[in-house]
Amino acid sequence: MALQAIAFYLMAAATIASAIAVVSSRNPVHSVLFLIASFFSAAGLFVLLGAEFLAMLLVVVYVGAVAVLFLFVVMMLDVDFAELRQGFARYMPLGGLIAGGLAIEMVVVSTTVATHGAARLSEAPMASGSSGPGVTNAEAIGGVLYTDYVYLFQAAGMVLLVAMIGAIVLTLRHKPGVKRQVIMDQVLRTPESGMRMVSPKPGEGID
Amino acid sequence: MPVHAAISSDNPVIWTLLTVGQILLVTVVLLLTVAFLIYADRKIFAGVQMRKGPNVVGPFGLLQSFADLGKFLIKELVVPAGADKFVFLLAPLISVTLALGSWAAIPLAPGWVISNINVGILYLFAVSSMGVYGIIMGGWASNSKYPFLGALRSAAQMVSYEVSIGFVIITVILLSGTLNLTRITEMQGGGFWNWNILGGAGLHNLPLALVMIPMCVIFFISGLAETNRPPFDLPEAESELVAGYAIEYGSTPYMLFYLAETSNIILMSGLLAVLFLGGWQSPFPMPAFTATWPGTVLSLIGLFWLAVKTFFVFFMNAMVRSVVPRYRYDQLMRLGWKVFLPTSLVAVAVVAGWRVYFPTVAG
Repeated sequence: MALQAIAFYLMAAATIASAIAVVSSRNPVHSVLFLIASFFSAAGLFVLLGAEFLAMLLVVVYVGAVAVLFLFVVMMLDVDFAELRQGFARYMPLGGLIAGGLAIEMVVVSTTVATHGAARLSEAPMASGSSGPGVTNAEAIGGVLYTDYVYLFQAAGMVLLVAMIGAIVLTLRHKPGVKRQVIMDQVLRTPESGMRMVSPKPGEGID
Repeated sequence: MPVHAAISSDNPVIWTLLTVGQILLVTVVLLLTVAFLIYADRKIFAGVQMRKGPNVVGPFGLLQSFADLGKFLIKELVVPAGADKFVFLLAPLISVTLALGSWAAIPLAPGWVISNINVGILYLFAVSSMGVYGIIMGGWASNSKYPFLGALRSAAQMVSYEVSIGFVIITVILLSGTLNLTRITEMQGGGFWNWNILGGAGLHNLPLALVMIPMCVIFFISGLAETNRPPFDLPEAESELVAGYAIEYGSTPYMLFYLAETSNIILMSGLLAVLFLGGWQSPFPMPAFTATWPGTVLSLIGLFWLAVKTFFVFFMNAMVRSVVPRYRYDQLMRLGWKVFLPTSLVAVAVVAGWRVYFPTVAG
């Protein structure tokens, strides 16, 4: 228990500290790096909760893929932060409003859970069907995701697929007159088709 | 090597000390292995080119890696002007931490694993997907064009090949029905015909070998790309980018990058051994009289088999490096996205279908 408490406080502190550093650091690349640190410590908190499957997915998806793209974009864009900071006072009230709203929501939800327990936990499919002492949480999630919520799950997959195809359609352009690598031609090349033996006479040259 | 799983304690202090001791042991052994495998790699490379390779330091040049280590350590550390000093020094540290941290979940022998987590394979996948950060941070923080180009290439390459590695891993998970690496190894016991490369359940799943052998090859090649090994060493393509992301590095930080890279190569070899070649399982069923042998002896035998398999894959790796010329960048991307991704996706569907319509007794 003592170890868990130490680990929890360490990781919670790291999450909050790096989250603050995300918005306060001057260099945008540093911001993204702190964001990664924040994701990573949040994954550690998931492990402490016994949700190791979610923790690993968080790392694989957010840290391993999404944040790499962030970093890519931020490194290449060369954002001028001094310019961005000029609008700080103007957007401050709106930002404060959103942050306050989120904070209130979180407090309400966590106090409700703390005082009344998770709402109707007994009716949740996780509790009724596939969960139990010997079931890993990967199995528990799979048992719910592919049975009760299979249509929603598939629909989410379709939405992502549509988004992906949409992005490809919007960005893919076939410019005429551009030289392209045709792999098939390269693979089908043989010594006979790619090479010509000549024996030029002195003073004549080739062709 | 870590102590047998039976010797664990509920006392937090003892538990911490035990775990730290295990980690130190594995790290030291791993670093020694890295040193000698670098030597082996150079010897194999030299042998293919009919050279002698390192042969001066120690008998047969065996201590070459240690001489290199000494040289790296006593060199001056130069941080380029205009570099982001903190990120510049953090990058190699992250690389080496992730490379060594991955070993926590690899089952080394029966009962010998530092952390027997339920999602071990996902853990490895997560840690290896973070490996790109060391390179991209190093390239960016150098404040120089070539390292940055090398880092961008590397990031694109590693992210691309992770996708096909993910699908290959899913086929193995479908065969074993678990994410736990120890379980995956245990299920491949009883002889090489139970290894996942041949379908994972003896004669019953033998037709799946038609799918799993290509999957093993795809995993091997993607592993080469993931660890930036030739023929996919575009991040440090010396003829174009000098040394890629590591140009500005020297001294100990460079050594850390190099260490991380080699450690990752061994990890990929070991992972291939665990996923497809049965990990620490013997290729033939252990004779009945060994059942009474003490657990430590059996564990040592298991460690021997894992080491043999890992070294075999590493040898293949070194041979590929010696004989295959470097890929062009568009060929690399085409191979990852247009060949491996569809192939492994179809394989996932085939294996899943097989598991539904021809379930094994084990389920």
